[in-house]
Amino acid sequence: MRWLEYIAFLFIVVGLARPAGLYLARVGQRGHTFLDPLLCPIESGLHRLLGVRPKTEMAAGTYIVCFVLFGTGCSMVLFLVLMLQRWLPGGPADSYLTTPMTIDLAANTAVSFTTTTTWQAYGGEQTLRYLAQVVGLVAQSFLAGAAGLALGFAFIRGFARERSATIGNFWVDLIRSLLWVLLPLALIGSLILIWQGVPMNMAPYTLVHTLEGGTQTIAQGPVAALEFIKNLGTNGGGFFNANGAHPYANPTPLTNFLGMLAIAVLPASLMIAFGHMTGRPKAGWLLLMVMVALFLAGLAVCDRAEMEAPQLAGLHIAGPNMEGKEVRFGVGESVLTTIVTSNTATGSYNSMQDSFQPLGVLAPLVFMLLGEVVFGGLGTGVYSMVMPALLAVFLGGLMVGRTPEYLGKKISFGETRWIALYALLTPLVVLGLAGIALVMKAGLAGLVTNSGPRGLTEILFTYASCMANNGLAMAGLNSNSVFYNVTTMFAMLAGRYGLAALALALAGRLAAQPRLTTTSGTLPGDTPTFGALVFGTILLVGALCFFPALALGPIVEHFQH
Amino acid sequence: MASLRLLDVVPANLKLANSSRIHMSDPDEPAEGAARRAPLPVSHARLGDQIRPAILSVLVLTLLTGCAFPVLLAAIGRPLFPRQAGGSLLMRRGVVVGSELIGQEFSRPEYFQSRPSAAGRGYDGTASGGTNLAPGNPKLTKGAADFAGIRQLAEEYRKFNGLAPDTEIPIDAVTRSASGLDPDISPGNAALQIPRVARARGVSEETVRRLVAEHTKGRQFGFLGNPRVSVLELNLGLDRIEPGATARPR
Repeated sequence: MRWLEYIAFLFIVVGLARPAGLYLARVGQRGHTFLDPLLCPIESGLHRLLGVRPKTEMAAGTYIVCFVLFGTGCSMVLFLVLMLQRWLPGGPADSYLTTPMTIDLAANTAVSFTTTTTWQAYGGEQTLRYLAQVVGLVAQSFLAGAAGLALGFAFIRGFARERSATIGNFWVDLIRSLLWVLLPLALIGSLILIWQGVPMNMAPYTLVHTLEGGTQTIAQGPVAALEFIKNLGTNGGGFFNANGAHPYANPTPLTNFLGMLAIAVLPASLMIAFGHMTGRPKAGWLLLMVMVALFLAGLAVCDRAEMEAPQLAGLHIAGPNMEGKEVRFGVGESVLTTIVTSNTATGSYNSMQDSFQPLGVLAPLVFMLLGEVVFGGLGTGVYSMVMPALLAVFLGGLMVGRTPEYLGKKISFGETRWIALYALLTPLVVLGLAGIALVMKAGLAGLVTNSGPRGLTEILFTYASCMANNGLAMAGLNSNSVFYNVTTMFAMLAGRYGLAALALALAGRLAAQPRLTTTSGTLPGDTPTFGALVFGTILLVGALCFFPALALGPIVEHFQH
Repeated sequence: MASLRLLDVVPANLKLANSSRIHMSDPDEPAEGAARRAPLPVSHARLGDQIRPAILSVLVLTLLTGCAFPVLLAAIGRPLFPRQAGGSLLMRRGVVVGSELIGQEFSRPEYFQSRPSAAGRGYDGTASGGTNLAPGNPKLTKGAADFAGIRQLAEEYRKFNGLAPDTEIPIDAVTRSASGLDPDISPGNAALQIPRVARARGVSEETVRRLVAEHTKGRQFGFLGNPRVSVLELNLGLDRIEPGATARPR
């Protein structure tokens, strides 16, 4: 039954990839869609209001500057909203807000939500007022997701164009992503969530008189406004502390399944849009198939690990590892959600990763360390898959002994430099920061729940998650301290703007190139052989960078018990 | 010359020192198939012109997505689904007794018991969360001064339900959920509690069993999630079939 669910999920994702991909391609190429009569007037109105000149286009450098400016502006607005939240009207009552909104926590959260990381060093129902959640977090979940999608379009244009000095207009892409993709889908999805039981109110926390005569207070809020866009924009930050595990945030198996589709369908279909816009549809399908293969491998490892609870042998307790999992999801939807959210820069967990078996933790950790190659974040997922593929192209070129090409673009010294820097940035930041945390008192002070190899895994997981702009957490680590708030913020910034700048610099160069015709000597980018090469390169480069750290964390823990 | 032509269009602000090498590195390969299409006729966006859109877009789009969207969603969603939007609250005799979706603590024998909870001091609806203990952490199985381990929870469960020490217990009965507010238990867990509840209420096991079956939800659409029994709704049902018994709310 679990595998039926996994396979159904993959079938739907792959089945929707083509129609959704062609739609996204039309959005990116400013083609006609059925929503035009409604949205075009709003679009041109926004252009006039904001001072956007839709007919001008940007060079890669200008594009990335606009992306950074926009992200910085959003961070500043969110920071102000969070710092000023105590003067915002509406619930919940101050007595429930037990986590103080310190400057470092506000800065961390402001960066985290504007980079789609949505790392949450706080619990929503104990920290934030309703209006801060809505005006702050809901808005940034939309905007960061849309900015990522814009970036994806720009990156694709690098391959699609030839002899072009420009790769699009950031503001035009941003507004189109919002109006044509995120807002309509989020409205429909959020309504389905409300139907299934996700609250949408501004009421104070409800005082309940329980059947046994006690009382219980239940947190309320405009939950539905955040819970769908958090998945659709691959952000992942939930309304409540328990995120997607909270029954108000994710009341039924259906809401969970829809949430997972909201996460995966758009990034998967962007690979089809990539193939379509570059005129090489098979190359897009091939990369999607590599993603599916990696996805299945991770799913198998995690599922197998979580179906057992060997630590309870001899206690006459029957069943899979249910510590930190909800009955309505069981192992099936918990594992599916873990693998989907760890892969897509989302991190909207519905079970506690810290209570997973060692190999159950290994799977999501590896996916984040590999740089979100499978599906990836909305828009950013295009380059998180294509950059490793280019690395494979480069290695393949070395084997053949000639300058490699991909989709008719030459990958020579200047291009390889950006690809290599891209591949190195993640290990550098993750291992560097994890190393610092491990030798500093302030870093080790976070280990309040578990220790030993699990403690090492928690710290590595934290930085991997922030660098991958994921936000998935092993919540046993207490990360609300100045040390973690500052260091994770650095990782999130590097993961968002560092990787994006490298990817766009490459796209700018590729756009300027002419397109070469394919010859018999070209390594074809759409054969199973090339797919295997990409698959192998991703795993090989990942293993070379991270195997020592993983061996000391989840792997040694697995053999301890 | 081809390489000069290329240099012209490489974005100047990227300062690509080696851009000429694109062509120079491969003198053996003619740039065949190049120049198929003329450059796109676009005007360049200047960096200075981007300040106004940058500032205004942040503000205007924040208002659009952070104010207009939630208001629109509430305006459509609340009239369509008023009960769900309000938190799916359950009323009995004019008093809110809980939410369909939020688990509640039960300790008396005449009620079915929810799973153990790590939310606050147990089923705290304002402090969702799990234990975050690793499966291999001794505290999880053996417990600590202020924390009941799985071994102890299993012992208490067997004693409370009058089960033999080697009865297999479904694992959801002795583990804490991720939210600490799990409203459900597994059908196997409910089945083990039926005899005890029937005894405490003085009704037949058959009656209770029928009620449990009524409150058991299967997999959604036949394949999504897990079968489950909603504890609070089941207990409300118990109180309904047998009014005026031991379980009168006070």
